Parts: sequence; C-alpha cells; structure tokens
Amino acid sequence: MARSSQRKWVTGYLIAVAAIFIIYQFLFPWEGLPIGIYDFLQLWLPPTAVNESLVYVICALGLNIVVGYAGLLDLGYVAFWAIGGYCAGWFMSEFFYQINLHFFGSVARTAPGIHVNFWGVLLIGGLVCAFFGILIGGPTLRLKSDYLAIVTLGFGEIIPQVFFNGDDIAGFNLSNGTKGITILDPIPVGAKNIGPFDFGYKFIIFVLLAALMVFISLRLRKGKLGRAWLAIREDELAASMMGVPLMQTKLSAYAVGAFAGGLGGVAFATHVDGVYAERFNFSISIFLLAMVVLGGMGNVWGVIIGALLLSWINSTGLPAFGTTFNDKFGTSINFPSFTFLLFGLVLILMMLYKREGLIPESRLRLILHEGDAEEDLTSKESK
Amino acid sequence: MSALLEVRNLKVGYGKIIAVKDVSITVNQGEIVTLIGSNGAGKSTTLRTISGLLKPKSGEIFFEGNRIDGKEGHDVVKLGICQSPEGRRIFPRMTVSENLDLGAFLRNDKDGVEADRERVLELFPRLRERINQRAGTMSGGEQQMLAVSRALMGAPKLLMLDEPSMGLAPVLVDMIFETITKIRDQGITILLIEQNAAAALDVADRAYVLESGTVKISGKASDLAKDDAVTKAYLGG
Repeated sequence: MARSSQRKWVTGYLIAVAAIFIIYQFLFPWEGLPIGIYDFLQLWLPPTAVNESLVYVICALGLNIVVGYAGLLDLGYVAFWAIGGYCAGWFMSEFFYQINLHFFGSVARTAPGIHVNFWGVLLIGGLVCAFFGILIGGPTLRLKSDYLAIVTLGFGEIIPQVFFNGDDIAGFNLSNGTKGITILDPIPVGAKNIGPFDFGYKFIIFVLLAALMVFISLRLRKGKLGRAWLAIREDELAASMMGVPLMQTKLSAYAVGAFAGGLGGVAFATHVDGVYAERFNFSISIFLLAMVVLGGMGNVWGVIIGALLLSWINSTGLPAFGTTFNDKFGTSINFPSFTFLLFGLVLILMMLYKREGLIPESRLRLILHEGDAEEDLTSKESK
Repeated sequence: MSALLEVRNLKVGYGKIIAVKDVSITVNQGEIVTLIGSNGAGKSTTLRTISGLLKPKSGEIFFEGNRIDGKEGHDVVKLGICQSPEGRRIFPRMTVSENLDLGAFLRNDKDGVEADRERVLELFPRLRERINQRAGTMSGGEQQMLAVSRALMGAPKLLMLDEPSMGLAPVLVDMIFETITKIRDQGITILLIEQNAAAALDVADRAYVLESGTVKISGKASDLAKDDAVTKAYLGG
C-alpha cells in the first residue's frame, strides 16, 4: 500500500481515538452534559462496547495474519482467546489461593493467589497461545486447506469444553468450571491502578495493544516472512520450489496469529473483569472470520473497520436500533435475536457482490477479478 | 568433466502406481542434458524426485557427490538446484519484480542478487518492460520467461526446466531454446525435460529417452536425433 494512504489511515484512527478518549474521560463524567446527549451516547456508543470492539480488533488482526496473509483457514481461533483469558484468570486473581506469588502485581503482597503484573500477563498469555498454536499447527498444517479448517474447528470446540468442565480434573480445579474466575487485579500504569470501570484509560490501553498488532502486521508483511506467507497463499508448491520452508513459515503465521489471540484473551478478561467458559463459543471464531472477510482479507486497515463495525452492530447497533424502533412504533420485536441472520445475510451478499471486502487488498482484488483479465490475454495470444 | 548430478536406479511411485521404475541418469558440469519421452513416461516424476517434492521408493540421488534423496524441497534449493516447474507456476498476483525476489528467497548476498536480476533482465528484455506488472496478466511466453528467470535468481548450479515450450507459439519456443543455450554458455548446467523432442535434441549435449518409467535409449543428442527408433517414435519421422 502506498505510504501516503497509510498515513491517512493512521491519522484517521488517531483522531477517532482522541475524540473517543475525550468523550469518555471528560465529557461523560461532566455534570453539565445535557441529559439528552448523555442518553444518546449511552445508547449508541457506550464505553463498554467500544472497548469490547477493540478486543475484537486485536484478535481479528491476529486472525488476519493466519487467514489473510498465509491463506490458512482457521475456524477455531476462539481457543486462543480462551487460553489467553484463562492466563489472565490464573495469574491475576486469587484463584490459586493456595499459592502466594507476587510479581510486580498491583495488589497488596498479603493477598493470596498468583498476582503477576498485567503487562507481564499479556506477554505470558501471548506466548502460551503461540506455544499452543505451534503445538496444534505441527501435526495439522500438513493438511490441505479444507481438512485444516475441520481440525481447527475441533480445536476451537475442545479447548473451551476443557475449561467448561475443568473444575475437577482428577481433583484439580483448573478453571472453576461454569462459575468462572472473577475479580481480576487492576492494571498498573505507573503508580496508578486502572480498575474495571476506568473505561477511558482501559480504552487507551486497548488502543495501544491494537496499535502493536498493526505495527507487527505491517512490519512482518513487508519483510521476508511476509513475502513467504504471500507466496504460500498464492501457490504453495511454487513457494517450496523457491526454497520457502513450508512448515516453518506456516507455523510462524500460526504462532503470530495465536499470540494476538492471547493478547486479545487477556484484554477481554480485564474488560469483563473475569473469565467465563461459556463466553468462548464457536460463534466468536466465525464472528472474527466474518470481520476479516468483510474488511478485506490481508488489508490491516480494512480488517480494523470490519472488526469495529461488526462488533458494534452486535453489541450496540442492533439492540439500540431495536429499542428505538420498538419505542417509535410500539412493537416488541426482539432485534438482537436476528444478529446471526443479519451477519449471514451480510456474508452472502459480500460473497456475491464484493468478495474482496470493503477495503480490499490490491492483490486480492486481482485474484477475484482476474478471470476477465486472463480471458482477454488468451484471446489475444491465440490471434 | 565431473558428474554434478547422478541419479542411480531411481524408483518412484504414487501409492501403488509406479511411475518411475528404474531410471539412472548423469548430468555433468556445464552440459545441457535432456529427458525426452511421451506423456506419462516418468519425466516429471523424475524431476520432482530430484527436487525433493517426492520421496523415492528406492535408488539414490547424488549432487556434487552428496546424497540428496529424501531431503526437503527447500533444502534442495539451498544446495543450488532450482527449477522452472511444469505449467510455469509463477505467482500470478505478484509483480514480475516480486516474483524475481521470491526466486532469490534463500539468498542473503544483496549485491549478488542485484547483479543476477540485471543479468536475467538482459536475458529477457521483455521482462524489464513489464517489471511492475502483475505476472498473471502477462502472456504465456512472458510467463515462461519469468519462470526461467525466477529459477535463475536462485543462483543455481543446476537449472531444471520442466516443459518450457508447453503451450507456446513456435516463434516463442525458438526464442526460449535459444536462451537456454545462452544460459548454459554462462556456465549453468541444465537438465531439460521436454515433449518437444526435436527442439530439445537440437540444443542438448546428451539425451535420455524415457519410456514407461525406464531409460530406453541414451546417448549424444546429435546421435539420437539421427537414430531411427527415436525419430520414428518422437520426431514424427
């Protein structure tokens, strides 16, 4: 992508970030704010929805590396999200009360449990997920695309089930089962502790994590590894003939993608201030995939838009529209229950009319429309 | 003359089907050696086995005196065996320039890569004109030039060309084969696989005729071109 257009995207996002931070940090608590504006914002753009959408951005960017860059279809991405979440649960709460381990934690040293600093937990969550990514990728990445998708689908089902039923694994309580792990340590920033309701600051932290993923994506994309990923996506056999080590390259895409899943998992856990197994379901994997497809596979900026848009529709847009609609017309239609109907419809329409996504990567546009160009050439050649 | 590549009693199959029964070939430093034969004779299978994409059932492959059968594809490239595959298999959505970069994927000598890029663009001036064009939008002949150039970017000691004339107009076939000779003259050893036996025998030093997985006849290319059995079967005479 051209440098100037990249700068435009960055500037655009920075302005949006600054505006939202000002709204949440200063406008929201301001007593002079007219109640109408307050209600409007609370209905259409509540802080929790914005923060949640950023978690989706982090994960979608990770999935984009696997699906968009390397062309490996992963239908079980939620597993990494769950593992990241439980890392936060294990290392940032009183869950393992038998142990008393503190590592630059943000709570009093007398508190039982493992209390590792949030930034350390991010790293742990990312690395643990990357490890699992390699573990699951090792035996499965030799499979061709459809089979790989099926195996990852299984992985995405197994991991959450393990956590769901993990309150008594041979007497060991791994996950607290359906009750989940609650009350996580606040996030320490300098001397300040950021609790679950400091939406403004948490927003900034999530933005930083998303920015980190953008940076990683763009850097890798430009380098040798990115070129190898694209080559594999284009033609695996030809790539290996150029000396691209297939397994190693695919595994690295998996590991980087899983790392992002881990970051997202930890972020999500601090966002909801707890870890609940039933939240990690199959629909999240599909949801993330839809974000990548909608935004434009392989295009970082498009994927961000896709993630923000779908996440917002899911958490806020549709329910808010429903409330407004029902109030106006005196109906009682349950709009949020149509979420997946709507997403299904969007995906079908996208595949029919705009397969390359809203903001397509230039290369992908060519894949999907090359039929026309090639026909031209062959007809020219035969003359 | 020393043997750069030596294949001994190679046997390769896909499951129960044996595609190559017993093939032994030698390629010496600086020659063009061609494998000719009809469809299904086992030419491409032999080449795929040399390049590490298939594992032999039995037999041995030596490159510069070291055994290479069973090595992974990317390790074989590292040793200096590069190929222009059957059906060209260029990266259609990437530009010509990016395709060339991928050919040099394993190399770290920036100056050498730059020099080689200049060298292949001199060999195929057409590619210079199209350097920033998406490879998939070029004509078949240009794509074949790119496939050969991409293989050359790997600085090969042995260049393997699988059916470079496939699907090309006669004028382009002549042009490609002329370039093959030029590449040999630059000191690169070539193993050429062709169905177009006449053209292949014309440029090659030595040739092997494959028939249902075994070497039927072998010898100097100029002799084979005159051989009755060969002319009858493969040269349409």
